[in-house]
Amino acid sequence: MKTPQPRGAFSAFVLKETRHILRDRQTLGVLIMLPFIMVLLFGFAIRTDVEDVRLVVVDASRDSRSNDLVRSMSSTRALQMVGVRSTITQVEPMLRTGEAAVALVIPTGFARSLENGTAEVLIMSDGINANFAATAENYVRVIVRSWAAEEGFGAPAVQMNARMRFNPTLASENLFIPGLLAFVLILISALMTAISLAREKETGTMEVLLVSPLRPLQIVVGKVVPYLALAFFNGVTALAVAWVVFRVPIRGSLVLLLAAILLYVLVSLALGVLISSRVPDQRTAMMTTLLGLLIPTLALSGFIFPISSMPGWLSPFSNIVPATWFILVARGIMLKGIGVALLWKEFLVLAGMAVFLILAASRSVKDRTT
Amino acid sequence: MQPPDSPQPAVWAENLTRMFGDFTAVDAISVSIARGEVFGFLGANGAGKTTAIKMLTGLLAPTSGEARTAGFDITHQAEQVKKRIGYMSQKFALYDDLTVHENIRFFGGVYGLTNKQIKERMAEAIERLGLQELVKERVGRLPLGWKQKLAFSVALLHRPDVVFLDEPTGGVDPVTRRQFWEMIYDAAAGGTTVFVTTHYMDEAEYCDRISIMVDGRIAALGTPAELKDRFGVDSMDAVFVRLARGQS
Repeated sequence: MKTPQPRGAFSAFVLKETRHILRDRQTLGVLIMLPFIMVLLFGFAIRTDVEDVRLVVVDASRDSRSNDLVRSMSSTRALQMVGVRSTITQVEPMLRTGEAAVALVIPTGFARSLENGTAEVLIMSDGINANFAATAENYVRVIVRSWAAEEGFGAPAVQMNARMRFNPTLASENLFIPGLLAFVLILISALMTAISLAREKETGTMEVLLVSPLRPLQIVVGKVVPYLALAFFNGVTALAVAWVVFRVPIRGSLVLLLAAILLYVLVSLALGVLISSRVPDQRTAMMTTLLGLLIPTLALSGFIFPISSMPGWLSPFSNIVPATWFILVARGIMLKGIGVALLWKEFLVLAGMAVFLILAASRSVKDRTT
Repeated sequence: MQPPDSPQPAVWAENLTRMFGDFTAVDAISVSIARGEVFGFLGANGAGKTTAIKMLTGLLAPTSGEARTAGFDITHQAEQVKKRIGYMSQKFALYDDLTVHENIRFFGGVYGLTNKQIKERMAEAIERLGLQELVKERVGRLPLGWKQKLAFSVALLHRPDVVFLDEPTGGVDPVTRRQFWEMIYDAAAGGTTVFVTTHYMDEAEYCDRISIMVDGRIAALGTPAELKDRFGVDSMDAVFVRLARGQS
């Protein structure tokens, strides 16, 4: 039953949307400044850098090697040695009370096992503050590893920490910034389209559009396309702030990272249209978008809390949060320098989300005719 | 009023019904409206007018019954229906932040007019409305009456077979309403069928025929004179009050 659509209809719609955006100078100014301000503000405010980590060492071995390692621990600026004990039972209460944040346990026969390559150490940390614990643990690992390397053992005594390897400066920003980009971009992008569509409902123009020959899909895509340029520009701004101010590395391909940003803001814009297709006015659109995206993006995406430390039943929820996938891609490209060969799955998920959300939004636009 | 050379009604419905769950919003309405007719669609709020209009404009599928608008089936040919109709709601629905010119360009484009057609018809509409000085003005700055006349012109831009006007004169002064109705007569004279809802009973008198909806049904249908006759009253207002209060 499909009839050919006049080609002019869609381009007329995009032109009209572009005019709306450019005409409202005040809003446009705010939208352009927002990512700049948000990244700067949050970047400084929520950094999870850990200083003065209180360390207790259990040296059960008491040989020359373990002495050496303990000395190397105490001479590190980031760590504050609060004591050396001889049994593991002595340190557990210290961790519980917070007297120490992390404990390094050197078992007996350390020097001997180091010679034959079977040395082990145990790092214990206070897991209540997951971020802090992870960072503290990483500090200790890095020091043990570099000590072992300096002593000429390679790294046989150390369990390698994959994350550490990519974050040698111990800066929390490096892990934090990709999440911050995800957070800032989804909020701004989704708000833009959500408010734009809700405004049409409020003024009554939505009715006219629905009665017109424009198809719901054209309305949705026509809303998204002009804002895509603005949202992408926001992404570039946010990335520039991260790079210039927080000196986050971009070890992989910049082009690939920009492609990820483009795809992610597309998902966010479509999400905004979907949300506003189900609410009556701009206020509700704004509140629903903010509340609906704020908590999942902060809590479930791996931005603040590592996904690995979430209870298992939460992981399906974390998988449907777009930010989860963008953060994986952004961390991969920025910190690990990996390319599309290892990230195609995440890209595919984001692309799938974009298609799904656009189709769901156009269905929803059609259903809600009031 | 129906011209003899018009075999096919502009709007035709038979037992058109729409239910929402158990609630019957529109209950088996049947109507046939001729080309060039000015048809008044009256009824209290909640009587089912909006739902009926949504079906006739192809926005909402009927639960049962049939209807054709501009010769196309509203269920299976909704896309064709949409190209052949115009629509204007009480909110006049132009973009306040766009200029007169930009609004006309946009809606012309949406209805698939060529640039040349848009230019010609824009000049015509502007001329008729006397808006020459204000083409570059944002619509938001125009007085309400002008906005509404402009919105009506925009709804007619693509020369639709039927134009649906949902309370087009809400909140407008009597002089402007009078001018608005002159525009309606002009459109009808040009062959466009005008399907109009209103709360103003004096406007009902201007229609060729009117229907009055009560609880989802068409409780009365005829020319204003016929209806006044049938109820033995001398104004449409009285007809409406008697019907809306229940047909006892």
